[in-house]
Amino acid sequence: MGAKMVNFGGWDMPVEYAGIVSEHIATRTAAGLFDVSHMGEIEVRGPQALDLVQFVTCNDAGKLADGQAQYSGLMTSAGTFVDDLLVHKISDGHYLLCVNASNQDKDFDYIRSHGRFTAQAENAGERYSQLAVQGPKALGIVQRLTRAPIASLKYYRFLAGEIDGVRALIARTGYTGEDGFELYFAPEHSEKLWNDLLEAGRAEGLVPCGLGARNTLRLEAGMCLYGHELDDTTSVWEANLGWICKLDKGDFLGRDALRAQKQSGISRILAGFEMQERLIARDGCPVLDAHGKEAGRVTSGSPAPFLKKNIGMAYVPVESSAPGNTVRIAIRAHEPVARIVPLPFYKRAR
Amino acid sequence: MYPTDYRYTKEHEWVRIEGDLAAIGITDYAQHELGDVVYVEMPRVGTKLKAGESFGTVESVKAVSDIYAPVSGEVAEINPTLADAPESINKDPHGKAWLIKLKLASSAELAQLMDAKAYEAYIADKEKEASA
Repeated sequence: MGAKMVNFGGWDMPVEYAGIVSEHIATRTAAGLFDVSHMGEIEVRGPQALDLVQFVTCNDAGKLADGQAQYSGLMTSAGTFVDDLLVHKISDGHYLLCVNASNQDKDFDYIRSHGRFTAQAENAGERYSQLAVQGPKALGIVQRLTRAPIASLKYYRFLAGEIDGVRALIARTGYTGEDGFELYFAPEHSEKLWNDLLEAGRAEGLVPCGLGARNTLRLEAGMCLYGHELDDTTSVWEANLGWICKLDKGDFLGRDALRAQKQSGISRILAGFEMQERLIARDGCPVLDAHGKEAGRVTSGSPAPFLKKNIGMAYVPVESSAPGNTVRIAIRAHEPVARIVPLPFYKRAR
Repeated sequence: MYPTDYRYTKEHEWVRIEGDLAAIGITDYAQHELGDVVYVEMPRVGTKLKAGESFGTVESVKAVSDIYAPVSGEVAEINPTLADAPESINKDPHGKAWLIKLKLASSAELAQLMDAKAYEAYIADKEKEASA
């Protein structure tokens, strides 16, 4: 298909097909098709599956109905991130966790090490391929290939159905800030479903999209990427993800540390910024305080193809983090101004 | 594909002689590798450059690429259209999207550069390596 390929964590992945900008804009105005089979899946089953999931994550999985998913964090005992993930409740005693490709084995070993629950964790990455269809036209395109009632699937809900005869878990989730679906199915059907979806979406403007557009889309939507905004040194509060942290749900790894940090306060926090001059801040660029000293680092920085601005996220001192405040960012020999803005940068029209 | 009256570097810059000026740009191979160009950083007119010295950057969505002077000289002109239309580097890298024009210090340096045939062989090898 003419893709530019790259080695991504041991997977041979397409960075772009026709180009990052055109793929990004297509996803915001029509639809994009993403091969995200590199993502990891961990299934947790057993009478105490919920207890195990609750213990290792910070969000309240007990609130999930069958067929509902939530964004969550796999926590260290310090209240920092082993990974970020989606927790899907398939049924009582059966959960599917979708984790980052690069953390699959680490996450699996970590969950399995908490062995006192009557539950089995399975590293199921090899049993699943995953495709994502994202964009305003995604619903119509996927509906062409299924009789399942996906039009009435609410955001972050999923069902088991068939896509062109292939059994699949169809979730109304995504990593782009658009409406769309993530499809989980057995790997032997990958090529067929890829081709079927491209064909079904051709007239609507569906295009294949690579990792490059996946990154610019999630950044515009203010979504975190593990290894950039999140790692085992960033706490839930610092990452500005308090909304997924349910201290009252019961004991979980990191709860005590997070309680304590809530009391004592944090010194740095994740903030979004827009460049005020033409230069582009990149991952790792230092953020400077008023005296020109390094006060933080850009975690993700890039041009935003849809918003037509240069944006990024960075950990900044709490006192500099209010929207409207300005900081300077060191980019090669320059120190251009960036303005703190509220997240997300982009919100789709509903 | 690659103009036969240009000369080329291993870092994928080209040179075109216009009297005592050398127009310099990046090749089609380079723009393809980079992807959508979004920003170009250029030197000031009057800057003196030595062959092999970095004189600016071409940035795509994903990458920042240094550009190197193929020959020595003094910057006489910078392309005024690139600030507002950096994507022209993708569209017309050998023509409209020249980056700078240098007043040549010495035409002897041109002999060190590849001609079109040698450059095409060079990138064919690179593509073989990449798909190995």
